[in-house]
Amino acid sequence: MKNSLGRELPENEMKEFNYQPYESTEIGNPVISRVAPKVRVSTGDDKLVSSIDEVIKDCLSDGMTISFHHHFREGDFVFNMVMDRIIKLGYKDLTLAPSSLTNVMNEKVIEAIKAGTVTNITTSGMRGELGEAVSHGLMKNPVIFRSHGNRARSIENGNIKIDVAFLGVPNADRLGNANGMEGESAFGSMGYAMIDAKYANKVVLLTDTIVDYPNTPASIEQTQVDYVVKVDRVGDPDRIGSGATRFTKDPKELKIARMVNDVITHSPYFKQDFSFQTGTGGASLAVTKFLGESMKKAGITASFTCGGTTSPIVNLLEAGLVKKVMDVQDFDKGAASSMKSNKNQAEIDASWYADPENKGAMVDQLDVCILSALEIDTDFNVNVLTGSNGEIRGAVGGHQDAGTAKMTIISAPLTRGRIATVVPKVNSVTTPGASIDVLVTEVGIAINPARKDLVEAFSKVPSLPIVSIEELQERAEKTVGQPAPVEYTDRVVGLVEYRDGSLIDAIKQIKD
Amino acid sequence: MEERLRRTMMFVPGNNPAMVKDAGIYGADSIMFDLEDSVSLSQKDAARVLVYEALKSQDYGDAELVVRVNGVDTPYFKNDVFAMVKAGIDVVRLPKVESAQMMLDLVKVIEEAEAKFGVTGTKVMAAIESARGVVKALEIAESTDRMIGLALSAEDYTTDMKTHRYPDGAELEFARNMILHAARAAGIAAFDTVFTNMNDVEGFKRETEHIHELGFDGKSLVNPRQIEWVNDVYQPTKKEIENALDVEAAIEEAHRNGSGVISMNGQMVDRPVVLRAQRVLRLAKASNLITEEGEFIEE
Repeated sequence: MKNSLGRELPENEMKEFNYQPYESTEIGNPVISRVAPKVRVSTGDDKLVSSIDEVIKDCLSDGMTISFHHHFREGDFVFNMVMDRIIKLGYKDLTLAPSSLTNVMNEKVIEAIKAGTVTNITTSGMRGELGEAVSHGLMKNPVIFRSHGNRARSIENGNIKIDVAFLGVPNADRLGNANGMEGESAFGSMGYAMIDAKYANKVVLLTDTIVDYPNTPASIEQTQVDYVVKVDRVGDPDRIGSGATRFTKDPKELKIARMVNDVITHSPYFKQDFSFQTGTGGASLAVTKFLGESMKKAGITASFTCGGTTSPIVNLLEAGLVKKVMDVQDFDKGAASSMKSNKNQAEIDASWYADPENKGAMVDQLDVCILSALEIDTDFNVNVLTGSNGEIRGAVGGHQDAGTAKMTIISAPLTRGRIATVVPKVNSVTTPGASIDVLVTEVGIAINPARKDLVEAFSKVPSLPIVSIEELQERAEKTVGQPAPVEYTDRVVGLVEYRDGSLIDAIKQIKD
Repeated sequence: MEERLRRTMMFVPGNNPAMVKDAGIYGADSIMFDLEDSVSLSQKDAARVLVYEALKSQDYGDAELVVRVNGVDTPYFKNDVFAMVKAGIDVVRLPKVESAQMMLDLVKVIEEAEAKFGVTGTKVMAAIESARGVVKALEIAESTDRMIGLALSAEDYTTDMKTHRYPDGAELEFARNMILHAARAAGIAAFDTVFTNMNDVEGFKRETEHIHELGFDGKSLVNPRQIEWVNDVYQPTKKEIENALDVEAAIEEAHRNGSGVISMNGQMVDRPVVLRAQRVLRLAKASNLITEEGEFIEE
């Protein structure tokens, strides 16, 4: 069976997981139900413990679903600490449902899979040796890839039923009031973890910093928490977020950033109170800076930014160029510490940010969004999950979600080393071309022909080098040649959901 | 000589595939692939092959393509020239030129290569890097019809002069003026030397303003980020553009009337004014300030 993008979908998995094929980006107005967590009633007086084993034994059984968050990013100590004990205690057949998996977790996840402790995974993404191992058939069951918004949706509607959430926090009081802003391993917004705290049957906080009761502000509240475990250290502050954000000096990144900024400022959306989301790569950070300069020059301010927050975004907030930063995650120390001091930088959870089955998410209000791509094809379909060799090496993240902005711009170099970014057909589809409006590469800008309004608006601007996406694809091929196709087996190792829960693509095992 | 803008001549190390591939995206007026100083001895053949293949396969848009070959006294010289002529290079830049004879030696090899590969019209330029070269600038500039320009190369020159680079550039004044005068006398372009300290943006801009004032066509550059800074300096003012458009209108008016005399506001417009106006309009179009039709572009 094929979906509306012409991607071949596996019949068995479609049936087994009860999938609908992806049809369109339209969500419509269905009436849905949300689930509620189980609550074991207590006064909360005996929540504070020091033994992880004790908590695991009390909360966990074989076959359950466990979750973690990735706010500590590459500085996370909690995942490995907890997963190690779960493996050693001999648990089997668990479903691992973290908000995402960072490289620092890879080794432990592989160990857990090999031990039979983890048999199912749903995540935003995976990289490195884990992605490689899964792509070559490490797991019996396919990994389910969900966007941040879709994860929130799936937790809220019960598709992901978290039995135990193990949530590392940089501070908590003895009853479990916690936030991400204070403590040695502060990371800022707890946006992704807040959903787990709200919907998991058991919520276990792990922290190295117990503070006086009652702890405010409380992003996670005592009413949600079953246990508070005191541990030595939850994270490595130097690896949680990058330190001072260094402005890129790469001439190609700067060139692309200038072009992206030109596209935005010449678009009909660049006006008083517009909203935008930029990413974290070198070019994206540069766009944020250039956009700020353009806003200042034009005398306009933005109503809000959302998504992952960076220091350049905070600079715009402090300069009064952005009125509100709606913050689901912080990527550097500057952004994290600003949340503490600036009341206009507001913490939002993943549902508020991006859940499509909602009474209106932030991304539904976005005017302009800049996203990256590993590959984009001539139908504007984007792949951010699999590399040119077919291996899983990325994450859906908020890509599909923010892609619903009124103007979604993909910023990417035409080629990376000897690998083409603009291709005839992407290796796997993460975000459908219907979401993508403009592609900016260093050699030219392609506009989705479906956006006749943008084609007309940008064609009038002499400084914008507009070309067709087919021309870009041909140019990339001329530069780096045509790669030999990746060979796959028939076995499915990954299922890529669209943000509404339909199946947009399947990732097959690579032939060895 | 063909009139074209030569504000920016960007150096690209000939042995760096990524930089050779991306050289066309920054909007340099001229791209100069280097087979000489930035390529180590063991890489000479590899760089020549890489630049040859790039010239045959990559799209560098409207940029003028220049290659700096190894010197006439090196064992790489002839192979460099043959390969580049075969690839259809626009301009061969010869380093360390000290006499007209060196240019004639180059032209002889180019003629051989052109005959062999059925190519015509390969142009040349000279880099002046010594006291002797500076003193002989006019003879070099007038050495051959293939000449498009002279370039000052300050590192070797200042060493030869027993000095080094200073922020005020006083040590280069004589060389700059000699090269500029020789180039103008011969009707070819003059390129100023590179500015290598990428952290001193203000110093770079000051130097560019200075050589713009002197009358240089442009500058050799080591980093694509410098292109925008040079173009900013060379960008004409609105008043200059308006004046140039008036001159252009006066020329058209004269053509319509079949008159050989161009007049504007009752004054006769002479040739230098016409030439300056044409250059201002070329610069204005290159800076996206006016359309091909001469309409101002509102930002």
